Amino acid sequence: MSDVAENLNARVSATTDAGLLEVTLSGVWRITETRPSWNDLVGSQRPARVRVRMEEVKKWDSSLLLFLFDLQQWSRANGAGCDFEAVPAKVRALAEQLAASHETSVPFDRSESFLTGVGLATQDARRKWAEILSFVGECVLSAARITRLPGKFRWRDCLDEAQQCGAMALPIVSLVSVLVGVTLAYTGAIALRQYGGDIYIADLIGLSMVREMGALMTAVVLAGRTGAAFAATLGNMKANEEIDALETLGIPAVQFLVLPRLLALGLMMPLLALYANALGIVGGIMVAYGLLAIPPTAFWAEMLTTVDLSDVATGVIKAGAFGLIVGLAGCLRGLQAERSAAGVGRAATSAVVTAILLIIVADAIFAVIFNVLGL
Amino acid sequence: MNDAPPKDAGPAIEVKNLECGYDGKVVLKNISFTIPRGEIFFIIGGSGCGKSTLLRHLVGLNAPTAGTVKFFGRSFTESDITTRRALLKTFGMLFQSGALWSSLSLRQNVALPLEEYTALSAREIQEIATFKLAQVGLGGFEDYYPAEISGGMKKRAGLARALALDPEIVFFDEPSAGLDPVTSRKLDELIRQIRDTFGTTIVVVSHELASIFDLADRVLMLDRTEQGVIAEGNPRELAKTSRDPRVTEFLRRADLLSESK
Repeated sequence: MSDVAENLNARVSATTDAGLLEVTLSGVWRITETRPSWNDLVGSQRPARVRVRMEEVKKWDSSLLLFLFDLQQWSRANGAGCDFEAVPAKVRALAEQLAASHETSVPFDRSESFLTGVGLATQDARRKWAEILSFVGECVLSAARITRLPGKFRWRDCLDEAQQCGAMALPIVSLVSVLVGVTLAYTGAIALRQYGGDIYIADLIGLSMVREMGALMTAVVLAGRTGAAFAATLGNMKANEEIDALETLGIPAVQFLVLPRLLALGLMMPLLALYANALGIVGGIMVAYGLLAIPPTAFWAEMLTTVDLSDVATGVIKAGAFGLIVGLAGCLRGLQAERSAAGVGRAATSAVVTAILLIIVADAIFAVIFNVLGL
Repeated sequence: MNDAPPKDAGPAIEVKNLECGYDGKVVLKNISFTIPRGEIFFIIGGSGCGKSTLLRHLVGLNAPTAGTVKFFGRSFTESDITTRRALLKTFGMLFQSGALWSSLSLRQNVALPLEEYTALSAREIQEIATFKLAQVGLGGFEDYYPAEISGGMKKRAGLARALALDPEIVFFDEPSAGLDPVTSRKLDELIRQIRDTFGTTIVVVSHELASIFDLADRVLMLDRTEQGVIAEGNPRELAKTSRDPRVTEFLRRADLLSESK
């Protein structure tokens, strides 16, 4: 005879008599508590038959079914007979269901061969490019349509978005641009000081802010701030079937949701870039005055000898293009999002990555174009 | 073991003078009722009367502005984190849309509560998860993700997850919403089966009359203008004896249903 009492609740005892192992279960069997294990109970015994009694079980749940399941599996493996006659019918029925679910459960194989993976990835890449192109095309056509019917344009939404991505972004853009100006000035001061060319810090800061850093940094900030928000909003709307509702009404999502956002960003980004240029230059002036003792008036006068309106124009043109890129990437990823919480998250991430990548590529293209044009 | 609900310590749920609301707005006030163990209890009422709000307050998703909720004689509203966790372990909840975690397969969805609250081995957790899914008719779909199955299947998978820990109380928020009549009937049968087999206490928020008359031992009827309970009792008796037109109008539609059969 062996006794296994693992805790105060679920208990099991066993008696052996001429090849018959009589297992008596008792107590309260709860899945959240520990329970006796069949394998510990049976140990090295090899009975020809096992009989189960459970009159003394006060309460039971799946943990008891698991015990019976282990017992059945063991009996089958060891060729022992199982006698569940004394077990209530409903317990027996559930134990059978558990055994049946074990039999019918077939693991779902999601693995694929390397070649299949490459093929699928290639198809996926091709499809994505086609989607980007068709999305841009759709935006252009929608924009052309809306210029003929300006009353249909969602001016209200556009203004709301302009406030969100423009005015509300002022604090973060201010901070980033001043710090960029300060960093540039410090870096420049190290090199220029060696040659006694301290005053040229003004040209360095002026040119790099106006032509490059103002637009670029604003675009990066807005890609993270606004592009991700567009993707999350549109992705959520898609998950809630709001986009489908628009389509069934015959209202193109691009016209209703995308164009107002694109216009808002396309207008706000150049304004923000101009503002960023100014604050970056202010940051430079502060460092020049503090570190190199260059008075602000001298800084300003020196800067104007190099920086002219065409430099400002290149920055503003780029900013407008960056604004459209951020808006397009955000809206496209939002509309492509999967209809789930994880899908919306992925769309937001992908919007930021796509936007920053395209901004850098566009910046390089602009550098070449402006060089050719002699701007 | 000391954190399990004490045996024979009062009714499954006892609500006293509960006031529910959010954002400083009171939705329900002076709600008191008791649900004995093993009862199928429906919270009913027209749209916007606060059924789901009451349910959210019962399970602790929203904190009540006043009043107490007790489970098995232990206060839930004023309990510390340990008691709260111990009580939460005895609940299962089926949300309206299933509320499956989209990044996990159905099997992993059901396995998560087991991993959190039991000492079972990984193999045993798999067995139970497979078994629970088979019980709700989702055998063979264990490795599917929520995005790959239909709304009704999501709901059933949500039920399998709610039942994972063999809870003492199961809450259902609109179980038949968005289901076809056959699936809805099957779900009702499953609810009854759970109660009959395990003596589970069932709390259902619903306005599905067929389910109410089929399943409910008792109903609690809420009203929006009253901001509280307007009737409590067995639905058939209420339909016969109530003199409140709001109650009879709501429940009388069931007669139309049975006449048309």
